[in-house]
Amino acid sequence: MQGSDILARLQERFGAAVLAVHAEHGDDTALVDLRAVPEVLQFCRDDAALRFDMLMDLTAVDYLTYPGREDAPRFEVVYHLYSVPHNHRVRIKAGVEEEAPVVPSAVPLWPIANWLEREVWDMYGLRFADHPDLRRLLLYEQFEGHPLRKDYPVSRRQPLIGPRN
Amino acid sequence: MGVADFFTTKLDEALGWARKYSIFQYPFVTACCGMEYMATACSHYDVDRFGAGLPRFSPRQADVLFVVGTISHKMAPVLRRVYDQMTEPKWVVAFGVCTCTGGFYDNYATVQGIDTILPVDIYIPGCPPRPESVLDGLMKLQDKIAAGRQRY
Repeated sequence: MQGSDILARLQERFGAAVLAVHAEHGDDTALVDLRAVPEVLQFCRDDAALRFDMLMDLTAVDYLTYPGREDAPRFEVVYHLYSVPHNHRVRIKAGVEEEAPVVPSAVPLWPIANWLEREVWDMYGLRFADHPDLRRLLLYEQFEGHPLRKDYPVSRRQPLIGPRN
Repeated sequence: MGVADFFTTKLDEALGWARKYSIFQYPFVTACCGMEYMATACSHYDVDRFGAGLPRFSPRQADVLFVVGTISHKMAPVLRRVYDQMTEPKWVVAFGVCTCTGGFYDNYATVQGIDTILPVDIYIPGCPPRPESVLDGLMKLQDKIAAGRQRY
């Protein structure tokens, strides 16, 4: 399936919940409403023409000071999907507000989302609703804050032993 | 110089000479520098020529702690514990710029030089250091070991 056909199929199925689509450098991307994310992902995985059986990556972006995004949600959660049977890809994005950074968990669809969502929680502080075990993945429990947020001070260090800055 | 001083001096020299050629190392390998460490340890550069050919994978049997690779803040207590478990006399080699200063990992995750958490005897800079640099550092460590004085 061509990338444009994938996006057209999503738009046909979900209508206004697909807020925008684009294909920068051939990477087909759909920006969807956060509330529709579980259904969109479920459809992507189970639809016979799409069959995205592999979650390649799940990450987030912090657009805190990004030019031209003053009115848009601060965060975006990003899903990279790949279909082994059809050999095609798509990227699903959804805006996440700073006040309530809660995203529906994708663990029921793809078990690999467990660790990916823990990493996003660790680095960006986005919560995943109904995640089975939402702990930090990479950093230690004593770490305060989320270092990949743009407002984390670049020089702030939190060593467990040794001198603090 | 008294007779006692003469004997302790000669004993120090004998101990230093023996120790410098029987370095049992503990390689604490965490990152890409490990490749260069392996290249140095294998037959082409042959670290065994310097009596350091037997890495011990228990800190209790080791004399020299080779810290090879980036140390994160999460790993730092583990490294400190390994150091504390080694018996005296012991030495520490910082292998590569990450262990010397943190290297280019000037960020929230990385220890900015392992000398902030434990005493270091020899620094081998490089990203990663060439085996020649490692051997140079090893020979400097041997000089330091040979010149070491005992407390009686």
